[in-house]
Amino acid sequence: MTVFMCVLLSFLVICAIAVSFSKNLLNSVLIFMSYSLIMSVIWMLLESPDLAITEAAVGAGITSVLFFVTLNRIHSMFKDASGKKKVKEADGNEEKEKA
Amino acid sequence: MKKKKKLRRLLSWIRESRSDYYENMTIRDDDEEVTAITKQEHKEDVERVKEKVYSDTEGGIFRKYRILYTVLAVVFAVFFSTVLLLTVSELPLTGELDNPANNEVERRYVEKGLEETGATNIVAGMILDYRAFDTLGESHVLFVAAITVTILLRLDKKERDPEDTKITETIGEAEEEDKIFEPHHDAILQKVAMILVPIIILFGIYVILNGHLSPGGGFSGGAIIGAGLILYLNAFGFEKTEKFFNEKVYKTVIFSGLAFYALAKCYAFFCGANGLDSHISKGIPGHIISAGLILPLDIAVGCVVACTMYAFYAMFRKGGL
Repeated sequence: MTVFMCVLLSFLVICAIAVSFSKNLLNSVLIFMSYSLIMSVIWMLLESPDLAITEAAVGAGITSVLFFVTLNRIHSMFKDASGKKKVKEADGNEEKEKA
Repeated sequence: MKKKKKLRRLLSWIRESRSDYYENMTIRDDDEEVTAITKQEHKEDVERVKEKVYSDTEGGIFRKYRILYTVLAVVFAVFFSTVLLLTVSELPLTGELDNPANNEVERRYVEKGLEETGATNIVAGMILDYRAFDTLGESHVLFVAAITVTILLRLDKKERDPEDTKITETIGEAEEEDKIFEPHHDAILQKVAMILVPIIILFGIYVILNGHLSPGGGFSGGAIIGAGLILYLNAFGFEKTEKFFNEKVYKTVIFSGLAFYALAKCYAFFCGANGLDSHISKGIPGHIISAGLILPLDIAVGCVVACTMYAFYAMFRKGGL
């Protein structure tokens, strides 16, 4: 069990460092989410299931969802927008060729 | 008849022809050209800002301060990590007998908790009976946070005057903008949500109602119900959720939850943490209806938390419920 705990704690440290070093904001949020999940497992091992449930629901669930919405609102998910735009351009070119 | 319809649907799906779902799905906006132009403009804006900030000629000031900023950041980070690590090394070891945490308060909670509160989950007995006024403060903190988010993100429903350029975005415009990036009538999401949302909400209700018997309670159960509502909203859109959850429902639920809690426990501020005897029967420990006021208080907190979580999400999405 000690080995498992050590592995989890090292994951925690890795996640915490990776959040700040990730360039993509979306990746940061995903790493933050996994941080909360690992934390909830650690709470479980520390014999406080109350906290584990709350951590999983609030930390991994709702906080990340709010982060996603915020990213969406500030249009940081360029992948989606540019992907659609490319489709649009391709359509336009085809039409031009036809004309 | 129904079977035949399903069979036909399956066959058409295998043949990759258009299905019924496909017709309804509007991942792309109806007004495609406009959104494509706005996206193009937005991308150009971002590129222009990036050029101005990071270019060698125009962004010289920023570059000069960037070195200073890096040095300061490293110094601050090293300083605070040293302070925190030193503090942690001074803390007493976990589980030592003469730790300050091992005093008569903890012994009283562990030994007499079941007898005095009637809750088999000692944590629920602690936070909703012995220290109920702490939880009262906590739920009000959550309420204040919801109000602050409302103040910051709420948008007007009415159209503003064109001359008043301070706040040009109304709730209608925010909804329009929201639609650009959100898929509507997504068949996969709707099917999954149809199966998962009832289970999630039932689990949340279970966690709230068993707060005094097993791990869980008002806050975690409310957060689970809130997550279920958010999933439902994502799958089916605001039109469906507005049927059962509008601003009026939100106000009523939050107000009645907080008012019930405050009326039940506000006397603790005058007579101390031990509280008065509520004269409500403690019941048999282990039964659902037992432990006096803990179960109703759990339900009140759960309602407040679920509504707050959903309201946060709705405010972030379109600036209103």
